[in-house]
Amino acid sequence: MLSRVAERLYWTARYLERVSSTATLITSYENLLYDLPKNVELSWYNLIIINDQEQEFNELYSSRSERNVIKYLIGDRDNGSSIMHSLHFIRENVRTARDVIPEKAWELICELSIYAQDNLDQGIKRRSRLEFLENIVKGCSQINGLIQSTMPRDAGWEFMLIGCNLERADMTSRYLEAGLAAILQVKDENTINSQQIIWGSVLRSLDATQYYLRATKTPVKGQAVLPYLLRDSCFPKSITYCVGSIIQSCQKLPEPELALEKLKKVESKLAKKIDYEDLGDALLEKLNKLQIMLTSIHFIISESWFIADH
Amino acid sequence: MSSQWDDYPLSEFFDEMLSTPGNARKPSQKLYNYLSKLSPGSVASRKAAAELAVREMGISFTVYTDEGNIDRAWPFDIIPRVIAKKQWDKTEAGLKQRLQALNMFIDDLYNKQNIIKDGIVPEYIIKQSSNYRKECEGMSPAYGAWAHVCGTDLVRDKDGEFYALEDNLRVPSGVSYMLENRSIMKRVLPEVFKKVDIAPIGDYPAELFETLSSLSPRQISKPVIVVLTPGIYNSAYFEHAFLAQKMGVELVQGNDLVVESDDCVYMKTIAGLERVDVIYRRIDDMFLDPDAFIPDSMLGVKGLMRAWRSGNVALANAPGAGVADDKVVYAFVPQIIKYYLDQDPIISNVETFLCYDDKQREYVLNNLDKLVVKPANESGGYGMLIGPHSTKKERDTFTDLIKANPRNYIAQPTLALSTAPTYIGKDNAPEPRHLDLRPFVLQGKKSFVTTGGLTRVALKKGSLVVNSSQGGGSKDTWIVDVSGGTKE
Repeated sequence: MLSRVAERLYWTARYLERVSSTATLITSYENLLYDLPKNVELSWYNLIIINDQEQEFNELYSSRSERNVIKYLIGDRDNGSSIMHSLHFIRENVRTARDVIPEKAWELICELSIYAQDNLDQGIKRRSRLEFLENIVKGCSQINGLIQSTMPRDAGWEFMLIGCNLERADMTSRYLEAGLAAILQVKDENTINSQQIIWGSVLRSLDATQYYLRATKTPVKGQAVLPYLLRDSCFPKSITYCVGSIIQSCQKLPEPELALEKLKKVESKLAKKIDYEDLGDALLEKLNKLQIMLTSIHFIISESWFIADH
Repeated sequence: MSSQWDDYPLSEFFDEMLSTPGNARKPSQKLYNYLSKLSPGSVASRKAAAELAVREMGISFTVYTDEGNIDRAWPFDIIPRVIAKKQWDKTEAGLKQRLQALNMFIDDLYNKQNIIKDGIVPEYIIKQSSNYRKECEGMSPAYGAWAHVCGTDLVRDKDGEFYALEDNLRVPSGVSYMLENRSIMKRVLPEVFKKVDIAPIGDYPAELFETLSSLSPRQISKPVIVVLTPGIYNSAYFEHAFLAQKMGVELVQGNDLVVESDDCVYMKTIAGLERVDVIYRRIDDMFLDPDAFIPDSMLGVKGLMRAWRSGNVALANAPGAGVADDKVVYAFVPQIIKYYLDQDPIISNVETFLCYDDKQREYVLNNLDKLVVKPANESGGYGMLIGPHSTKKERDTFTDLIKANPRNYIAQPTLALSTAPTYIGKDNAPEPRHLDLRPFVLQGKKSFVTTGGLTRVALKKGSLVVNSSQGGGSKDTWIVDVSGGTKE
């Protein structure tokens, strides 16, 4: 498999995951805002902070209004992570890797891009937003399902898995960080209630509520949500699971030694003991470091297989 | 029942579907009967379905504008163009004959140049040609085939006969659209496919694969074949990706390949370097290799010509094949066929005046308003003068151009391009529009011709320009056998 094609597949999977997670995030955040007590101040702008996009956003918009944030996340072509932009990149990447992507997936991708383009206004209006986002998520699931059921399990498939898992790990760590930051921000008397609402929202953003409850048999609280999303060995969006999957994929690729050595280091750092009882600034700092470590995985993969200087 | 077809105007041009008002030619009869019974609403919904299919299948081509590159949906008309199988069989033989002779001509030009020594074609053909490559002299690719993939543009004149208008021997495109047009039609008019015996066309990618495989310098069972594309900004990128996918080979860009010190070409894979045997290149000669041609070309591969000359990789089409893709050479094709094959051409040329000849030039300059003037080495319909549609100023410009460089120009009478009904405008009334046909011809170990080809149609009323970059559309092309029984 060409290095360039491998890279395109990896990014296709990442962007696909990004589109559906951004759509899910907006949906669950909307819910969160309706649930929080009126005296709790939480703004849409937090979604910009979660994605580390403050600077880009502020260059484009002066007001941090709901409409601007939504526009930025869904429709903005200048935002590299917006739904429209990601869809565009999926299409461009697949266009240049069409020889390895299932033929029908290409058609579904075109369909989804056309839908998003034709209905962008519906996505920005509050009244029709949820339906729009739901359709986007459905479109992504359809594409993923098709790829899952038709693509041969060769190197191309592993690169897609790596892209998907890395994007998931990245998102999960961002949401955990955002959840914790929000908890530290919310200083009302009703803290326990807010805790439940905020961590509940984090779980919802990752479609994790159902399995969290089954696995932990614990009501929603930070002390249990954090370890579940960080460490659970079965939940497909937990960071441990994602990193483990990436390592498994790499083992199936040619000449993986260098990448594996580095990834194992990440894995062992990840396994270090964390004190979840004290949900404070120290833990926030740890999550921040974790985020940086996850970002480094991209470079590990890239130097082993994408940079084609053999 | 009154139908929109009652108003369909016939003119002095040959119409592909109707011979007299209300009477379809035999191969089109069933189609015509079907179409003339469709209600306007039904036509509109089929047209919409076709447009949606084009968007969903992502069939596009790129247009360059001042505002940047636009990826445009492929314009498509749902009324197919029908050709009788009997006439097609003859045309097919003519196309094979033509390409065979042209390949012998190219091989001769880069080697002994007998055809020049024997005084059949003038030597200046080489001297004036911007597509003659000194770097290719002395080379003799497998089976003497230089142009492995050729797109010959055919037009039908008033008499209903096919004439060859030009041979595209460099990087002809359009075959993917031919194939996709058929897939769209199957979605849009499935009923007609049940009634009419339409020859299938889907074998092209397999035949192309066979042709390319036959060129491999290494005699191995599975040679490594790649399609080399300039990238997504090329107007035919869709086709490059399409063909790679349909053949199951890698789609590569210049920077995916490297020529090592052993003069072999390798592609950069996740497991290191892998040797490449055959490159179906969709990059123009001049961009192929910065070492040999344009030094700052970012599209090509350094050392590619060295590898090709060493016989370690096959290039399709071979560099330099474009020398026969020249409007001046075109004028000599009948003589070329006679010289190498000792046969009369099966497909005639369009009458052509060479401006280098004093007498012919005189005629051209005096009749610019009636002629089409073409530069020898341009393609895509650019740099042409269409006499009857030209202004005085344009004719003056061409007078100067021709006088300054007579060898670079040829002229042809304005063609009476055939027409075919095409749904036009909001009310989808069928109106006659001019069209041409581009079949694709392959030559390696064997020869192959597509069944039919890509029909391109000028969507503007009266226009003769069929190029997609300049307002052209396309139609599915049906080769229909009317000799045998019918399918019911």
